[in-house]
Amino acid sequence: MTRKKLNQSTETKTASTPFVFEYSPAPQETNIVKIEKKNKLFIDGKFVAPKSGKYFATLNPATGEKLADLAEAGKQDVDLAVKAARKAYKNVWSKISGEERGRYLFRIARLIQERAREFAVLETLDNGKPIKETRDIDIPLVAAHFFYNAGWADKLNYAFPGHQVSPLGVAGQVIPWNFPLLMAAWKIAPALATGNTVVLKPAETTSLSALLLARIFQEAELPDGVVNFVTGAGETGAELVAHKDINKVAFTGSTDIGKSIVQATAGTNKRLTMELGGKSAHIVYEDAAIDQAVEGVINGIFFNQGHVCCAGSRLLVEESIQDIVVKKLKRRMEELRVGDPMDKNTDIGAINSKEQLNKIHSLVKKGREENPDFFESSCPLPKKGYFHRPCFFNNAASSSTVSRVEIFGPVLSISTFRTPDEAIAKANDTNFGLAAGIWSEKGSKIHKTALGLKAGIIWANTYNKFDPTSPFGGYFESGFGREGGRHGLLPYVEVNS
Amino acid sequence: MRGEIKIKSASGSLPIPIEPVDMVGAHERAASFTTRSIKKTSKIQALYTVIRMTDLTTLEGADTPGRVRQLCIKARYPVPHDIFSELQSHPDYQPIPSVAAVCVYPSLVKVAVDTLRGTGINIASVATAFPSGQLAIKEKLKDVKLAVLDGATEIDMVINRNAFLKGDYQTVFDEIVRVKEACGDAHLKVILETGELKTYDNVRLASHIAMEAGGDFIKTSTGKIQPAATLPVTLVMLQAIRDFHDKTGKMIGMKPAGGIKTAKQAIQYLVMVNETLGSAWLTPDMFRFGASSLLNDVIRQLFKQMTGRYYYDKVFSND
Repeated sequence: MTRKKLNQSTETKTASTPFVFEYSPAPQETNIVKIEKKNKLFIDGKFVAPKSGKYFATLNPATGEKLADLAEAGKQDVDLAVKAARKAYKNVWSKISGEERGRYLFRIARLIQERAREFAVLETLDNGKPIKETRDIDIPLVAAHFFYNAGWADKLNYAFPGHQVSPLGVAGQVIPWNFPLLMAAWKIAPALATGNTVVLKPAETTSLSALLLARIFQEAELPDGVVNFVTGAGETGAELVAHKDINKVAFTGSTDIGKSIVQATAGTNKRLTMELGGKSAHIVYEDAAIDQAVEGVINGIFFNQGHVCCAGSRLLVEESIQDIVVKKLKRRMEELRVGDPMDKNTDIGAINSKEQLNKIHSLVKKGREENPDFFESSCPLPKKGYFHRPCFFNNAASSSTVSRVEIFGPVLSISTFRTPDEAIAKANDTNFGLAAGIWSEKGSKIHKTALGLKAGIIWANTYNKFDPTSPFGGYFESGFGREGGRHGLLPYVEVNS
Repeated sequence: MRGEIKIKSASGSLPIPIEPVDMVGAHERAASFTTRSIKKTSKIQALYTVIRMTDLTTLEGADTPGRVRQLCIKARYPVPHDIFSELQSHPDYQPIPSVAAVCVYPSLVKVAVDTLRGTGINIASVATAFPSGQLAIKEKLKDVKLAVLDGATEIDMVINRNAFLKGDYQTVFDEIVRVKEACGDAHLKVILETGELKTYDNVRLASHIAMEAGGDFIKTSTGKIQPAATLPVTLVMLQAIRDFHDKTGKMIGMKPAGGIKTAKQAIQYLVMVNETLGSAWLTPDMFRFGASSLLNDVIRQLFKQMTGRYYYDKVFSND
């Protein structure tokens, strides 16, 4: 009986109906993460309840549900944190050798690696970005930044040959929600390596990974007060940067808040670095490798839901290949999987907050009034949580809203150019100057274009590549100062003759 | 200006685009297909499809009629049916199908034809002085005609790398056109021998030449020359197929061959085809694997998927 069945099946084998691949939801287990219901501030090496007595909720943006309560640091709390940092600076951190500081940083880096999965899951829960990204990009880079700066701690005299350097004192640092732990690492690692102590305010929607980092500091037996975390919103940040006893303000975030910090610190002796917004140009020449350029454009704007200060949000494509690039872009966008960030197959996760989603909606609405040439992926969106489809405006004028305003979402504007000179002129036609990308298979053209661009980071035939050895920072309203590399040490030291 | 080469064809001058490829970007994209997680029922279906897409291959100097007969029987019944009796209660169970084709040297086509008569399994033969292709075109055509005459339903030819690498694309094109004529009704798969073309720029250009010249399939390599099939080189060829389809509406098939040994690898290829060309290409008419040891691993994994455990290896024949 079985033989007969088998024969039949082989005889009719040429039936060639294609099958449709179904990817399975592959949710990462979240039970390796333990979230406290009510979180405290991290001051002087201990978790302490806020003197303000106030708490606020932090949500999982993929569901809109509350994850935990965070403490809101008031003026008194910020003051305690700065005092703890000052005491640690005076008594411990400025006294020990660079080699010893390096040893703490190496230990922190290793502990982060050991608990990488836990950090990745927590970051995705709190931020909404895909687990694929936290697992493969954010957390490995966090560890890399601590490792890299650990190496500098005892070699500062080589970083600035012929000069002696000394730390500044207490650094007040305010970071954004788009790469919560990575931005903390960018700020903390160089500050500690150079001998400063830190009070850091994480973003109000994404503070949980910083609080887990605080536990790593305890485990690494980092001396009390060397790093302090004050959670809270804009007011807490304002208290911190205005505090009289900090020597340095490092801010990453929106240009508007950056401007207000610059104003608030005018006339003080505080050193500043600002890493602000961007509207970065992504130039695709007609002699580019088009399939890879399209991948690069996708990665440039849709990586981390477009919540990237250096996102390649303005595509400048040579007119002769506009149609083919737009066609390929559409097709590729249809393949992007938007949804549960905890699913390993997800390419685009949740927008970080309702507020940000509303901002994106209103800018897209304005964009569509100005320019009807709009395309968005037809992908389904989850019923709850904050999600936005990847989309673009084709033939967007340089004067239009979507070409000038930083949207900080999965929204691309596309315009064309005819010559390299025009590409450079259009790329520079912005009040920002953070990053740029150039796609061409002709090396000389890439170099010539790069020389003409006013942008702090320029990628050639790739985009959104980060490395702790490479300095990062912008021109104009994208800010000043550099983070990463040897350049990233300079904002935290006094260079003596 | 984007580059192109001009080929003289029977219907006049034919422009063929030069599409440069960025190696780093191609590798990154190819790697992204290896991390997809596939639904279990889809995975089982994919494994069945891999069997249906396999060109079971033997290309050795030591091949004999006896060896080819053995292979043909395995092609038809990859596994004794009774071994799988315990699987029949599984909701996704279907009988293990036979493979798409058996691939042999021209001298052994007759043996394969006799053994496979009435089974619907295709007989593919490598011709054109495979694998080097270093013979005069008239000898290559003889090779093809003999294989077709003996009953081959598919011809796997190698392109003239001698001509390609010295920049004589016209000869590469002309040879494919003439082989296609010699094939008659047999399907033509054009082997680029990507391991000898070395750069993805070359692979992209050779793909377009092969498709314009009338190849029904393009094929990476054979396993005789290393590196054979890889995900990135297959991706570059799939992208060429997609562009050709955009331009002409014609669907060209793809066959990676050589080095695909595990079910896991095979599924990564299917994911890549799915995300690059779409599910219309996920049939044995449009996609084939040239492989020998792959079949056993696929059957082993099918068993694992349905029972949750591995069958012990001695159960499957080794060839």
